[in-house]
Amino acid sequence: MLTRRPDAIRPSEITPESVFHGRRHLLAAAGFAGAGLLLGRGGRAEDIPKDLRRLAGVRKSPLSSTEAANSFEDISHYNNFYEFGLDKSDPADYSAGFRPRPWTVTIDGEAAVKGRFTLEDILKPHPLEERIYRFRCVEAWSMVIPWVGFPLGDLIRRFRPTSQAKYVAFETVLRPAEMPGQRSPVLDWPYVEGLSMAEAMHPLTILAVGVYGVELPNQNGAPLRLVVPWKYGFKGIKSIVRISFTARQPRTTWSTSAPDEYGFLANVNPKVDHPRWSQATERRIGSPLFSPKQPTLPFNGYAAQVASLYTGVDLVRNF
Amino acid sequence: MPTLRQLRLYWKPVVFLAASLPLLRLAAGTVGLAGVRLGANPVETIQDSTGLWALRLLLATLCMTPLRQISGKAWPLQFRRMLGLFAFSYAALHFANYLFLDRALDFAEITGDLTRRPYIIVGATALLSLAALAATSTAGWRRRLGQRWLTLHQLVYPAGLLVCWHFWWQVKKDVTEPLVYCLILLALLAWRAWWARRARRAAALPAAGAA
Ligand code: HEM
Repeated sequence: MLTRRPDAIRPSEITPESVFHGRRHLLAAAGFAGAGLLLGRGGRAEDIPKDLRRLAGVRKSPLSSTEAANSFEDISHYNNFYEFGLDKSDPADYSAGFRPRPWTVTIDGEAAVKGRFTLEDILKPHPLEERIYRFRCVEAWSMVIPWVGFPLGDLIRRFRPTSQAKYVAFETVLRPAEMPGQRSPVLDWPYVEGLSMAEAMHPLTILAVGVYGVELPNQNGAPLRLVVPWKYGFKGIKSIVRISFTARQPRTTWSTSAPDEYGFLANVNPKVDHPRWSQATERRIGSPLFSPKQPTLPFNGYAAQVASLYTGVDLVRNF
Repeated sequence: MPTLRQLRLYWKPVVFLAASLPLLRLAAGTVGLAGVRLGANPVETIQDSTGLWALRLLLATLCMTPLRQISGKAWPLQFRRMLGLFAFSYAALHFANYLFLDRALDFAEITGDLTRRPYIIVGATALLSLAALAATSTAGWRRRLGQRWLTLHQLVYPAGLLVCWHFWWQVKKDVTEPLVYCLILLALLAWRAWWARRARRAAALPAAGAA
C-alpha cells in the first residue's frame, strides 16, 4: 500500500545533486559560469515559476524510476507541442496567452456515463501520485520527468464503458486564437490520439496534471494530458478536452499525417528505425556534452510490465 | 568603391569577424562564457547551427559573382574565396560534431548512416564536393588548372542543391525553411544561366553583323 505524504515531494529528493554541484563550483570559480554543459545537468527546483500552483497531497509511487530527473527548465523549455509552433522552444515562448481554466472535458461514445464535466469534477475523486517516468521522443532524445497525475484506468472505470468499447480516443482543445501553431495547417487540427482499452487501463498509463509537484505549465499540456511511458512522446496528447470510447480503432494525427513514419501503436522499439533515423539509441537531455547516446530499451524499459499486452502482435509491422 | 588597401585593412577583417560570430557563439555556449546558452540539447544546437551557417555562407559566396555582374564593380570577388572557405569550415565542423558529439565515434552506427540513410549520403556527397573546392581554392591551384578550374568550381551549384536536399529530407513536417534556401539557390542558378546566355549572344552578334 502506498503511504500518504503530507506535502509535495521536493525535487531535491529525486536528484542526487551533490556530485555535479561540487564540480560546478570548481569551474564556476575558474570563471566558467555555465560549465554545466560540459558536465551535464540534473533536476533543479530553483527554476520553477512561482505562479504555478503547488499540488497538495501528492504521494510517491513504486512505479517511479530511480533515475535522476531532468531540470524543470529543460522539461518546460525543450518539448514539442505543435499547437504553439514547430521549434522546441516555441511552446515555452508562445503559450503565455493560453488559458487552462476554466476547463471542461467531454466524455462520450460507448459508455454508461457520458456528458460534459468541469475539470474539477473530473479530478475530484483521484488522489494524486508522483510518477517519475522515462520519456522517449520519436526524435531520439529522452528525459526523465517527475509527472504528477493519476491512473487513467481509475477515471475510465467511473464512466463505465460498455462491452462495445475497445478503444479510447482523445482530443486536444482547438483554440487558434490562443494557440498560434493551430493557425497554420501543418497538422490536421485538432490533434487526436488513441489507445486500445487494454493500454488505457494499464496501471502505468496516467493522466498528468502536474510536474515537479506543481500544476502543468501551459507548454507541457495544461491542464490535463496523457502520459504513456512505453510509447513515443507524441502519443501523450496534451490539453485534453474530449475522451471517447469507441468500438473501432480511432484515427490519430501523426499516423494519418505520415502513415509510413508513425503508427497507431508507436511503442518505443530500438529495432524499428524511423525511415530517416535510427531508434537504437537516444540522447538523454542534460547529459554531459561529450557523452555518447545511450541505448534505447524495448518499450522504453517498461517491457516487464507491458510486453504481455502485445503477445502475438507483429511489432515490426505495427510500429 | 573601396580601394584595395581599404578592403585588405578594413572590410576583409570585418567580414571575417562577422562570419566567425556563429562559431564564437557556439564556443562561448560550450564553455558557458558570457551567459551564452545552447539550450537543452546542445549537440543538436551545434549540429543545426553549423549546418545552417554552412548553407547561408555558401549562398553568400554564390551571390558575389552576380553582385559583380550587376554592380560592375570588382570588389565582391575579393570576398568570394573567404566566404567559400568559411562555408566549407562550418560544413566540416558540422560533420565533426556529428562524428564526435552526436555519434560519439560509434563507427558501426556511422558507417550504417553513411550507407543507408539517404539524407546523410546526400550531405556527405555535398561535403566531399565542398572539400574539393576548398582544396583547389588557392591561387596556385587556380593557375595550375587554368580553364579546368572554372569547370571544377561549377561543382558549387550541384553541391548547393545537395545541401538543400539534405536539409529538406531531415525536416519532420514543415519544409518552408529548406524551401526558402532552395528558391534562393535556384534564383542564383537562373541568373547565372541567363547571364551566360546573354554573354554567348553578345559574342555571336558581331559575327552575324560581319556576315
Ligand atoms: C557527411 C556529411 C554530413 C552529415 C553526416 C550531416 C549530418 C546532419 C545531421 C545529423 C543533421 C541534423 C538532423 C536532425 O536534426 O535530425 C543535419 C542537418 C543539417 N545539415 Fe548536415 N550533414 C552533413 C553535411 C552537410 C553539409 C555539407 C551541409 C551544408 C553545407 C549541411 C547542412 C545542414 C543543414 C542546413 C541542416 C539543417 C539544420 C536545421 O535543421 O536547422 N550538412 N546534418
